[in-house]
Amino acid sequence: MIPELGHFALILALLLSAVQAGFSLTGAARANPVWMSAGLSAARGQFVFTGIAFLCLGYAFYANDFSVLYVASNSNSALPLQYRLAAIWGGHEGSMLLWTTTLALWTVAVTVFSRHLPEVFRARLLGTMGLISIGFLAFILFSSNPFDRLIPAALDGRDLNPLLQDAGMVYHPPVLYMGYVGFSVAFGFAIAALLGGELTPEWARWTRTWTTVAWMFLTVGIAFGSKWAYYELGWGGWWFWDAVENASFMPWLVGTALIHSLAVTEKRDAFKLWTVLLAIFAFSLSLLGTFLVRSGVLTSVHAFATDPRRGLFILVFLGLVVGGALTLFAFRAPRVGLGGKFGMVSRESFLLTNNVILIAAAGAVMLGTLYPLFLDALGMGKISVGPPYFDTVFVPVMMPAIFLMGLAIFARWKNADLPALAIRLKWAFAVSVVTALLLPLVMGKWTPLVALGLLMALWIITTALISLSDRLKKRETGWLRSIIGLPSAYQGMIVAHLGVAVFIVGVTMVKGYEVEQDMRMSPGDTVQVGGYDFKFDGISELPGPNYTAALGHFSVTRNGKPVAEMKPEKRMYTVQTMPMTEAAISPGLFHDLYLSLGEPVSDKAWAVRIYIKPFVQWIWFGCLMMAAGGLLALLDPRYRRRNKAQEGDAA
Amino acid sequence: MKPMLKYLLPLAIFMVLVGFFAVGLKLDPREVPSPLVDKPAPAFRLPVLNEAGKTFAPEDMRGKVWLLNVWASWCGACREEHPLLMEMSRSGAVPLVGLDYKDTDAEGTGVLSQAGNPYQVVVTDADGRVGIDYGVYGVPETYVIDKAGVIRYKQIGPITEESMRTKIMPLVKGLQ
Repeated sequence: MIPELGHFALILALLLSAVQAGFSLTGAARANPVWMSAGLSAARGQFVFTGIAFLCLGYAFYANDFSVLYVASNSNSALPLQYRLAAIWGGHEGSMLLWTTTLALWTVAVTVFSRHLPEVFRARLLGTMGLISIGFLAFILFSSNPFDRLIPAALDGRDLNPLLQDAGMVYHPPVLYMGYVGFSVAFGFAIAALLGGELTPEWARWTRTWTTVAWMFLTVGIAFGSKWAYYELGWGGWWFWDAVENASFMPWLVGTALIHSLAVTEKRDAFKLWTVLLAIFAFSLSLLGTFLVRSGVLTSVHAFATDPRRGLFILVFLGLVVGGALTLFAFRAPRVGLGGKFGMVSRESFLLTNNVILIAAAGAVMLGTLYPLFLDALGMGKISVGPPYFDTVFVPVMMPAIFLMGLAIFARWKNADLPALAIRLKWAFAVSVVTALLLPLVMGKWTPLVALGLLMALWIITTALISLSDRLKKRETGWLRSIIGLPSAYQGMIVAHLGVAVFIVGVTMVKGYEVEQDMRMSPGDTVQVGGYDFKFDGISELPGPNYTAALGHFSVTRNGKPVAEMKPEKRMYTVQTMPMTEAAISPGLFHDLYLSLGEPVSDKAWAVRIYIKPFVQWIWFGCLMMAAGGLLALLDPRYRRRNKAQEGDAA
Repeated sequence: MKPMLKYLLPLAIFMVLVGFFAVGLKLDPREVPSPLVDKPAPAFRLPVLNEAGKTFAPEDMRGKVWLLNVWASWCGACREEHPLLMEMSRSGAVPLVGLDYKDTDAEGTGVLSQAGNPYQVVVTDADGRVGIDYGVYGVPETYVIDKAGVIRYKQIGPITEESMRTKIMPLVKGLQ
């Protein structure tokens, strides 16, 4: 009964999304307030019914209803409750339902927090989002219904893929989708602006808030996923340039460009077309990612459930949405105009260059991701593109962007003075270079890549500190109070930029100084890795809810002093008979000890892998700092005051 | 209002992408063609399992369409396709030759006596040398070899009911 209710709620949600799109868009075209408000109510109704459908599916998992095919395929009565609920998005159908539910959540957020928008504009925005909802709801109902019955019911379910039975599965997908799907709001803003034919600085300010929120979610979501891969896959990699990772990374790069471009459009009324195009791109890449993940056109470790027929539906939908948006852009762009002028050397030009670099980086990632598909489609053979390509292409592309990041915060709007900039930053540059050259020597091994990585990180840090001290000079209170008193948009920028530096330090140190050792150990053996003594105390049995595990006991000491007890597991999941490695990690500010069990090589001896991963936590901490920077920027009173003021006055 | 050409550029690039995706949907990225397809099956002469002194070579099957199935007692996925092989053997549609890959004779024999022997001949490749010639990188693998001794198709991984119905059997019928 409950699954049928969920199915019915989805049908209602589809009808309501049609009402939302139809009434909002025609209402806006005819300036009919009744129709527009009908569209708004339909949008809220759509959220309610999509939410009901989502809860119904959740209930089916909670209650172990194995007469629902999707539940039987992705759950099991022995699966712990939190994973049963996470299993809602453990397969294709549920993932799509999560997508639509997230979209409905953003839609309802728009209806609640957009009272200050002109009515016609808001109607166009909601209408555009309604069109997207129609597409996804129709997709679910016609080709991916999670409520399909299995008759006769299965006695028990086939269980969730053991790789996904992890806390990461509970929070990574929803947060990531909040980011991914959140770009639909920026997309809606862009379409509404093109439909209306004008693009004002207020438009940029409204869009900026929504884009920043989505971008924060995406940043945190990607970081979660990376962390999860780090501890789950058993060899401590944190980024694999896998097609699906790239699918989330490309919108992030474009979203980052969009945030910066919006800043220029807001403050200087420049880059208008560029900003609109970026808003379209960011969401298009989200859709593209969905297509790549769900259609199986690329091989990926994330391709848990793929089906070419479903791929065709998403492709047609992608074509309509993005093709439609770009057509609209081609016709309306000349009317929007380019906006304010700026000099060759100015904050605008630096930001524009950085924007172009970010897009080039996204393009390079896209080329690498799609290259196997291109060649295969042209009948030129099968290849795979891996980390060597991405590492060689991505790093050099991003280097000038990092350099400009430091410059741009000092450059004045409209026209900056290059020699003056050079004089002001010469010490920052000198300190960065010297430290970057010497620090690796202290660490014991000098490589050009480490020095380069440190140079980039130090450049960001020194320029940020100089900028901060410049601001503080004009203050009269104590420095801590002065920092708190700075505009939070500025604080956010500094925190996010320092986050990039922290991230770069993490990547550089892990790549440069990671220690890895594979060995065979019997109980009682001790090995020394990176100054730590790892003693293998033995193996014990550990029965889990739906698996049995061999639990390794290791005690780690340094110069005879105990450091950590590490307990890696080798699990065998009973339903899918799949072995899983659970690494033991002892995290630290300056390095992680990482230990994972391989296979038993004889009665007593096990293959054991031990890593020392320097500064690896900095990678994710850096990402969190970037997101925190976004949050600080949002707290800037500039946005709140104007939002309350019901109407936007020019900046 | 006539749109300026440069504003159409993003749309044009996007359309090209969509074209590629449409083609890509028809392709399976996991399907890796074997370089051996349409080449003569590499020659070997290997001992026949449990028949001391007897050997088998692909030439012995000249003039027949046959399947070479690479399996092993230690291979779990081989058990999955085993019932299909038994069915194939019962129907007599096509002769099956088994290549017991990197296995001991005792364990290989054990599996066949327990689950049934679908093979006309089983040869043993204990050190995996022949497997290297055939480019075996996962067990099971199955090769369709025609009357002239040319490999016409390679199935990587277990044979499924679908691959048997849509690929292997039609191909075998055509060749016969």
